[in-house]
Order: sequence, then structure tokens, then C-alpha cells
Amino acid sequence: MAIDISDRPLPADRAGSPQLLLEVDNLHVEFRTRDAVVKAVNGLSYSLSSGETLAILGESGSGKSVSAQAVMGILDSPPGFVTNGTIRYRGENMLTMPEDQRRKIRGRRIAMIFQDALSSLNPVFTVGDQIGEMFRVHLGMSKKDSRVKAAELLDRVRIPSAKDRVKDYPHQFSGGMRQRVMIAMALSLDPEIVIADEPTTALDVTVQAQIMKLLSDLQQEMSMGLILITHDLGVVADVADRIEVMYAGRVVEEADVGDIYARPAHPYTEALLKSIPRVDMKGQALSTIPGTPPNLARIPAGCAFHPRCHRAQAICATDEPEFAQVALGRRSRCHFWPEVLDAQR
Amino acid sequence: MPSDEVILEVKDLVKYFPITQGIVFKRKIGDVRAVDGVNLQLHRGETLGLVGESGCGKSTLAKLLMVLERPTSGVAEYKGDDMYSLSGKALRRLRRQIQIVLQDPYTSLNPRMTVGDIVGEPFEIHPDVAPKGDRRKRVQELLEVVGLNPEFINRFPHQFSGGQRQRIGIARGLALRPEIIICDEPVSALDVSVQGQVMNLLEDLQNEFDLSYLFIAHDLSVVRHISDRVAVMYLGKIVEIGTEDEIYETPTHPYTQALLSAVPVPDPTLRGLRNQIILQGDVPSPVNPPSGCRFRTRCWKAEDLCAQEEPLLVVRETSAGHPSACHFAEQRDVVHAQAEADVEHIEVEGSGESSVDSAAHTDDASTAAVP
Repeated sequence: MAIDISDRPLPADRAGSPQLLLEVDNLHVEFRTRDAVVKAVNGLSYSLSSGETLAILGESGSGKSVSAQAVMGILDSPPGFVTNGTIRYRGENMLTMPEDQRRKIRGRRIAMIFQDALSSLNPVFTVGDQIGEMFRVHLGMSKKDSRVKAAELLDRVRIPSAKDRVKDYPHQFSGGMRQRVMIAMALSLDPEIVIADEPTTALDVTVQAQIMKLLSDLQQEMSMGLILITHDLGVVADVADRIEVMYAGRVVEEADVGDIYARPAHPYTEALLKSIPRVDMKGQALSTIPGTPPNLARIPAGCAFHPRCHRAQAICATDEPEFAQVALGRRSRCHFWPEVLDAQR
Repeated sequence: MPSDEVILEVKDLVKYFPITQGIVFKRKIGDVRAVDGVNLQLHRGETLGLVGESGCGKSTLAKLLMVLERPTSGVAEYKGDDMYSLSGKALRRLRRQIQIVLQDPYTSLNPRMTVGDIVGEPFEIHPDVAPKGDRRKRVQELLEVVGLNPEFINRFPHQFSGGQRQRIGIARGLALRPEIIICDEPVSALDVSVQGQVMNLLEDLQNEFDLSYLFIAHDLSVVRHISDRVAVMYLGKIVEIGTEDEIYETPTHPYTQALLSAVPVPDPTLRGLRNQIILQGDVPSPVNPPSGCRFRTRCWKAEDLCAQEEPLLVVRETSAGHPSACHFAEQRDVVHAQAEADVEHIEVEGSGESSVDSAAHTDDASTAAVP
């Protein structure tokens, strides 16, 4: 008999010592299409504690969004399938629990913020209706009460004159305001974990700064675990505690935020850091990573990064590197990580 | 290398788009003031960066310079000739000199045309540039110049990655050997690891063909990297212009400062050590821009003067030697780390939301909180 986690009371003191909330272990996700099997996530493992910000960094097609969808249980299936691994929320494997139980966790304990707020909001309902839906569906509130709650939430994400704006439709909001509505919706039921999938990619920098500040303020207030999925190394440096760098469906490097920027231990991270221009530095020739990210239906043998790697040797094309421990809490999936690390001195 | 020769000059350029109401009897009820009095000079061989948030008029300005839109008023001169008085053959000759590279390489290439047809299409319109028998060879040369395999000439756009598609777009822009290329967000749709490749390519091509770029982007790090000079645009106007160093090291307009401070720097050791300015709300509607200085509704320095008098884009005593359109221009370092005690956090209070009623723009966001 499975225990219904969602009815367990929330721990009284959430600001106390960090608790392990989520453990993802050896997660595999593939998409079975007519032509090929696309291996989007190949053995992803990470853990998240309360109050922590974990950044999942990767380019398009690295599997970062798909892994988040798998954790949320919103993977399009078919064609997407979780073929291996476990996802534990407070020790319970979410992949084996019955759907009705998982549904109680989704939205209530683990919430998600999507990249494109305009297409994630329903254009024919007011934002008040859409935020209120969380309360009606999960808590069985009346329509009237849920609208009051929705106004409170809009106020909390600092939307001016929230009471009037609950009656507005998504198109009446600007991009930044829409993203605030998305955040309000995600936070409505006091989740313990929020997964933000590229929350600011579609926004201008000044608005991005507003939204990131709002997110980190709210996170501290509520002591949530935040998973930030992004390709922006700048945003990560500003807010994350730990980083998982993904490439071709695998984590290639895992480290605390300070270590990874100061001394990367994987050639991909190293190259990525060197290939971005910085606003506080004068232009010099950018070093680039040759080639393009691999097609996930045909991931190169051995180390998936070897065709683009300037350190690649014969062994890289044949043997897949282990996820070696570099230091405590720090791992790199490269045969030559000591050399990479030494080169940064 | 940038020379002193002015190749393109824009004077008081204005573009309003009318807003109409009614179906049978259309009445004009207002204007979207997309570009509202822009002055610019582009020198031969230089890259002029143009930055600003979405909706500030960057792309409209690009269309005006391509003569795809005609201005409401003002002139743009290519080597001293007014571009908007041209038509027919003369206009076609001008178009050869000014080409564009568009933002989205997924939608700006016709999926039903081969790469050869796409890159060679400019030759159909300007047959004198390459005689018919020569075209295929020219297209292959162009592909090689932008770093693509010339054998790809018969492939279709969907067979290429994003970065490769952008190279195809660049090859098409180069086909007529233009002097000016307008790059409208050429790298913003690309992955970080591919962005650098395309930027390096643009720089190499500039040196090889002595091109002048107007480089439009919202990513300020990218613009710093590639530009010789930078213009900052807000609500249809240029608020500050100067060399790359002047704009990034000694910005004097509050908007430039806010914009730069909002760009995250990929270095966690600088966390909390940079001056930070967080604006509220969004850019007001260009239908009814605030009176006086357009930025005042989101500015922490705004005073009564700002609502009454529009600040001109001129060099001021306090503007660090370059033009700045602010009554209270003052330089402030917002990109580098500061000593811990000196770090400023400015959070602009108030909504900053634009309301359609311009009377509401009085003082909703003029207070600053400096904790």
C-alpha cells in the first residue's frame, strides 16, 4: 500500500536545515519515432534540497527540457518514454506510483514555469480563472474564493493593481507580466520544488533582471528547491548554487557554481566559457567550438563530445568516459579531466 | 578598419504607423511612433551596434535603411544621395549596396528552394552582377567564403543546422557585393557554441570585403564584442551614442546604465559586487510616449524638468565626452565589480507600466530607493 504523500502535512519549519527533496537517478528518456529512436536523456542523476538552486545548463537538444518534463510527468507519451531510472520525491519513486497519486504531487508539491508564457497560458480564459483553477482543482475551492486567492498571488508577484487585472486575458499583459502570471500560477499551492524551464529566454534584459530577482526573492521567502534550466551562463553565475552541465543527454560536469567558472573540469564547459562574449570585457577574438551539437538519433560512440573536442584522443572515440569524481561534490565525464583542470591554472 | 568616410547618414528620421478605426470609413485615431527623430552616421568599414529592448524601433529603423519602408519625415543619405527620392533603376542600384541578414534562419529561407537558388536569387534581380553561365560558380564561391561546403549547393535549408542556415543567409547578403550589411539580430536564434562561429565569420568578412555593418541586437555582450561604436535606442529615439568603450565603461544615460547592469556576467565571484539597477515594468507604449524625456517614467533620477523639456542628444559637461540625451547625465560604472562598500542597488519603485493616458505619466515612477 503506497502512502499518499500529498496529504502529509508540510514540515512546519521549512526554513530550517535543508532537506533532500528530489533525487533523480540514472534517468533515461527516448522518443520512438517512425524513422529512429532519439535518445534524449541518457543516464541523468542529480539531487535537490530545499532552499537550493540547481542549474541545468545545456544547449538546445541537450535533453535539459525533456528531463524536466520527465520529472514533472508531462512527457508526451508516445512518442516519449522513460526507459530506465528513478525519480524520487521525498524518497518515493514517482515513476512507479499510481497516476492519481502522482497528480497530487504535480502542481502542488512540484510546479513548473515554462519558457513561453504566451503559448502556455490559455488565451480564452482570464488569468484569474487560470490561476484560480489551481485552487479549484487541487483544493476544491469555490470560484469566488479562488478568484480572491488569484488576486493575492498576482499581488505577490508584484503585478500592480492585481484586483483589477485578474479579469484580464493573457494578451492584455506584456511579456514580463505574463511570465509573472506563470510564476504566480506555479507558486499558488506553495510547492516545495519549482522547475523553471528557460524562464527568461524570451524576455529583454531589464525584464529578465526583474524576473530573476523576483524568483530568487520568492525562493528564499519560501525556502523552495529551484531547478533552473537555461543555456545562459550569465544567469547561472548570478543565481545558482550548483550546476549540471548537459551535453547530448548526459551530464558531463557537475560542480558548485564557484568551481565550475574558476576551473572547469570538462572540455565542453571549458570551451563554452571561452566562447561567450562578456559585457565587462573588451572584444577579443572569440574561441569557438567547431561543429554543431550532435543529432540525438545518432550520438557519437565513446564520448559524445569527442568530434568537437580539441583534447580528443583515440580512446575518446571508443570508450565512454566514466563520471569521475574530481573533488567532493564535483564530477566530470572526461578521460582527461586532470589535464583539463591543470590547464586552468 | 573603420575610416572617416561617412557612407550612410540619417537625419531626423521619423516613421509613424497610423492606427485606424472603423471598417468602411477608416478614421485615424493615433500613431505608433516607431522611429521618432533618429540621427546616425555610419562610416566605411565600421560596425555600429544598435541596442535597445523589443519595441524600441530597431527593426523599423533597419527597414527604413533598406528602403522597405518610407519615412514619415527625415532623410537618409547614401554617400550624399537622398535614398528616399530614388525610384526605379536608381533605387535598384542602391539596393545592391545595402543588404540585410535576418534574425531567424529557420523562417528567412524558403524551404522549397535549394541553397543554390536562395543564394543565387539576388543575381536574377541584378543580372549584370553575374552573367547567367557564371552564376553557379559564383554561388559556390560564396558558400566557400562563408565556410560551407560548395557541394551543398543542391541541398535544401532543412538539411542544415541553425548556424549553417545563418551562413546561408549571410552568403545571400554578400552575393551582390554590398558595401553595407544590416544585421538584424543575426545570432540571437543560435546556440551559444555556434554564436561565436557566426560572429567571427562576420568579422572576417568585414575585413575581407571592407564592409560596414549596422549590427542590431538586444544582447549587449554580443554588441560589445563586435562593435566599434554603439547607439542605445529607447522608444524610437537614440538616448546615448559613443564608441564601444565610452558606452560600456562610462555610460552616462540612466537607461544605458540600467540596461548594462541587467546583463548577467558569467562569473559567480562578481555576484553582488556590481552596481545593480532594477527597473520596473516595461517600455511604455509608443502610441502615447511620455512627454519630455521618454525614459522618465522608469527613471530614478526624474524631476519636473524631465517631464517638461525633452533632453537633446548632445555632448554635455557631465556626459564623459560623448552625446547623451539626459538632463542629469552622469557616468557610473555598471559592468565591473566594485569595492563591497561602494556597491549601489537601485530599485526603481512604482509600476512603470505604461498607460494609454499620457496624463498618468506624471510621477508614478520617479522615486528611487537606495538602501
